[in-house]
Amino acid sequence: MIKVLFFAQLRDQLGVSELSVSSDENPNVQVLLNNLKNKDEQWEKLLSRATLMVAVNQTISNKTATLSSGDEVAFFPPVTGG
Amino acid sequence: MIKVQTEDFNQQVQYDRLRQASHTGAVVTFTGLVRDINQGEKISALTLEHYPAMTEKALADIVEQAKLRWSIINATVIHRVGELQLLDQIVFVGVASLHRGDAFAACEFIMDYLKTQAPFWKKETNSVGESYWVDARESDQTALSKWDIV
Repeated sequence: MIKVLFFAQLRDQLGVSELSVSSDENPNVQVLLNNLKNKDEQWEKLLSRATLMVAVNQTISNKTATLSSGDEVAFFPPVTGG
Repeated sequence: MIKVQTEDFNQQVQYDRLRQASHTGAVVTFTGLVRDINQGEKISALTLEHYPAMTEKALADIVEQAKLRWSIINATVIHRVGELQLLDQIVFVGVASLHRGDAFAACEFIMDYLKTQAPFWKKETNSVGESYWVDARESDQTALSKWDIV
């Protein structure tokens, strides 16, 4: 399984902070994103934003990153710390 | 030292730690505060959310990136999370080096990088009690581009 996390306004808008998905059906971040977008129009819209950031196993990553069981993927809006 | 914490920090304590190592000739520090105004709106409080499993790792990576570019003897990054009040301290970056040039540049680099790469998010409350997430600024991305990263 792959653990998927959402943060900040993205989490608020999706109404979900965490979910689990099959690693067999989500071999990389792009496929995972496509599968999540298929949930409904709101997910499609929110996960299609060009500014969406992704981290794989707590490191900033990109859509081409491959995934395997036990990985943690986080999606979040542009960061605003500091 | 890298630290993400809810508690406040003491600048003097951090500075004294940074200046202890042999060969240190310069210490540059930066402190970010909670402004009482943001984009024309009066602010009454600020909440900082983060990605707990990732934040310290991200900050440590930023310091490592700085060490590849400049000669750094010691570096400290402290970032607070949770509920903050006006003029509270949010972030501290301190860099100790042999000469000032490295310390100045590395300190600015760490802040610029942190602003766009470390997983923290600000939620403001305005003077009438409305809360909203702060939008990322284009200028932060521009600041990062001067370091030839993106």
